[in-house]
Amino acid sequence: MAVQYGGRPAGGTHWRLSWNDRNVRSIVYQIAALAAVVAGVWYFVDNTLENLRRLGLASGFGFMDREAAFPIGESLIDYTPADTYARALLVGVINTLYVSAIGIILATVLGTVIGIARLSRNWLIAKLASVYVEMTRNTPLLLQLFFWYMIFLELLPPARQALQPVPDVFLSNRGVRFPVPAAADGWSLMGAGVVIGVVGAMILSSWSRRRQAATGQQFPVVWAGLAAIVGCGVVGWLLGGAPTALDRPALRGFNFSGGVEVSPEFVALLLGLVIYTAAFVAEIVRGGILAISQGQTEAASALGLKRGMILRLVILPQALRVIIPPITSQYLNLTKNSSLAVAIGFPDLVHLANTAINQTGQAIEGIAIIMAVYLTISLSISLFMNWYNRRVALVER
Amino acid sequence: MNKLSVLAAGAALAVAAAAPAQAGKTLDAVKQRGQLICGVSQGTAGFSRPNNQGAWEGLDVDFCRAVAVAILGDASKVRYVSTTAAQRFPALQSGEVDMLSRTTTATLTRDTVNGFNFAPVTFYDGQGFMVPKKLGVKSAKELNGATVCVSPGTTTELNLADYFRAQKMQFKPVVIEKVDEIRSAYFSGRCDVYTTDASGLASLRAVDAPNPEDHVILPEIISKEPLAPTVRHGDEEFADIVRWSVYATIEAEELGISSKNLEQMLKSEDPAIKRFVGVTPGNGKALGVDEKWAYNIIKQVGNYGEIFERNVGKGTPLKLERGLNDLWTRGGLQYAQPFR
Ligand SMILES: N[C@@H](CCC(=O)N[C@@H](CS)C(=O)NCC(=O)O)C(=O)O
Repeated sequence: MAVQYGGRPAGGTHWRLSWNDRNVRSIVYQIAALAAVVAGVWYFVDNTLENLRRLGLASGFGFMDREAAFPIGESLIDYTPADTYARALLVGVINTLYVSAIGIILATVLGTVIGIARLSRNWLIAKLASVYVEMTRNTPLLLQLFFWYMIFLELLPPARQALQPVPDVFLSNRGVRFPVPAAADGWSLMGAGVVIGVVGAMILSSWSRRRQAATGQQFPVVWAGLAAIVGCGVVGWLLGGAPTALDRPALRGFNFSGGVEVSPEFVALLLGLVIYTAAFVAEIVRGGILAISQGQTEAASALGLKRGMILRLVILPQALRVIIPPITSQYLNLTKNSSLAVAIGFPDLVHLANTAINQTGQAIEGIAIIMAVYLTISLSISLFMNWYNRRVALVER
Repeated sequence: MNKLSVLAAGAALAVAAAAPAQAGKTLDAVKQRGQLICGVSQGTAGFSRPNNQGAWEGLDVDFCRAVAVAILGDASKVRYVSTTAAQRFPALQSGEVDMLSRTTTATLTRDTVNGFNFAPVTFYDGQGFMVPKKLGVKSAKELNGATVCVSPGTTTELNLADYFRAQKMQFKPVVIEKVDEIRSAYFSGRCDVYTTDASGLASLRAVDAPNPEDHVILPEIISKEPLAPTVRHGDEEFADIVRWSVYATIEAEELGISSKNLEQMLKSEDPAIKRFVGVTPGNGKALGVDEKWAYNIIKQVGNYGEIFERNVGKGTPLKLERGLNDLWTRGGLQYAQPFR
């Protein structure tokens, strides 16, 4: 036995089968607890199966490779009603991940800006930021989603009278349509160039860090990196014949075709999630900054650093340590809140799983899939943020 | 909103998991409670919608009332539970409602894997399309490329996809569960087309449209939608009572019995009428209800024709023809099995 309990002389772990022995007691308790859990689970599973049999309900995941037959409004992968339920659910998973990922990035940026603004010496900016935080934090998210969706539906004109804030960009209650470069080799080569540039910039930055550590000499790594990325991209584009043709939206029949469309459902959901979550992020960022002692700021200004630089080089890196754990739970909240999508018709996982539940009658399987997917997403976010947290913590001391 | 249907499905799971197996208990539960719990829709004029006093009214509602009369002798002993199309099946499976009378189409899947039984059809319907008149569309075949508003968890969304596939046309669905949301999406122009059962379209156009004249219902009917009260598997006695309560309204119309002439009919010498109103006993005992059950249904709710005309007929905003819902003797499909 490797485990030593208090009061026992080391090495003297002889076993007495007595109720007075705390080892024995704890093992008995643990076995009893385990038995209770197993019995409980068994009772529920057995009853569920029995009741399903009694109601004549089919169970199992066999439905997953049957034809789904229902339409889905937006999808990042190809989907038609002739595809399977499995694919329909995959569309939902991807849509959930997509809106959550963009939402997390935008909420972090917006929240950081607002959080810093709340600490601004400018009275007006600080006041506006706190009004924003109080307003969004204290109204239900569902209400905000309806609000943004209704703005789209009621305030924007129908497709045929779409607004054109910029030439070729159309804004209507069908969503936002904008032109994109028409498919051409030059664009793929440009993409490849950008990738090469990014790799180059990463090498450059690690080289410059090592050189600065060794010699103290600085290197304009940001500018050099940007130049590498842009330069390689442009070279790729030129090699591909410098395409300039755009795929422009045009009104044809009922709707616009051409260009790319972002639906009102997606925009409303994203706006709602970002604006709501950013308020919480702002408070966390503000708290994180306030947690760094005033002395550090004074010391940094004594060294001649400007306010922006103090924030960027001294305060934020240390504040991150305080900020990351609570911000992780905001990321989890945003992801879970994205299931409110169903209320405004964005086809996220919950929306599509619900439809599948209804069309197949397999409620238990459907709910199990929803739970498994959210659990996986949440655990992944947690793991990533814990890893990141350890990294920043190390950098700090 | 769909959180609710997740909850309902979760409840289905919880109930399926927790309640020890029991059979034939719906009827007992209704009697013990002294109240029938009936799942209806969210608000479709003519089928189920609360009136100004907050009392539920409509064709679907009347069949809930008929069943309450048969079991409890009183049409008012019903609690109505408003459900979205997506919530209705988990609500029935979990026992949250005793039955559905909710513009629900009888289909093979629902009858089998969903674990339901359907009572006789209370309204023969079919799916149609409604468009704003200003689009100038005359036929569903011109809808290629249109954006279509539809509710999830319905036969409607499946037929819609089938129809466009068969016609080799494209469309973009906007799918929202709450009926208020999907209606306002259509009325605001988010969609070019609204699709549901033709009766639902008539109701939407006549009662909910800001201006009915601005909308047209296209001539194509793309599906069969036999709408029928629904019960879950496992209580045959209850299912029988629901089935024969529907037939009672049809049989009464066939026999010429209405709420107006019911008292004279008590004195009738016609053996079929005597059996129906309970002067000759037997039917009530066989069903396990009061011998006056059918008499009471006609007295408190009316015969099928009266129910139809009162809720969706010529004198209502919906102005629907009897059509397929006329008696078989007049060229329709309504036909009661023999009361003997
Ligand atoms: N009959 C179809 C559709 C029935 C249905 O409920 N349709 C919805 C979508 S339009 C509806 O009528 N809702 C009206 C309401 O809830 O009041 C089915 O059984 O799936």
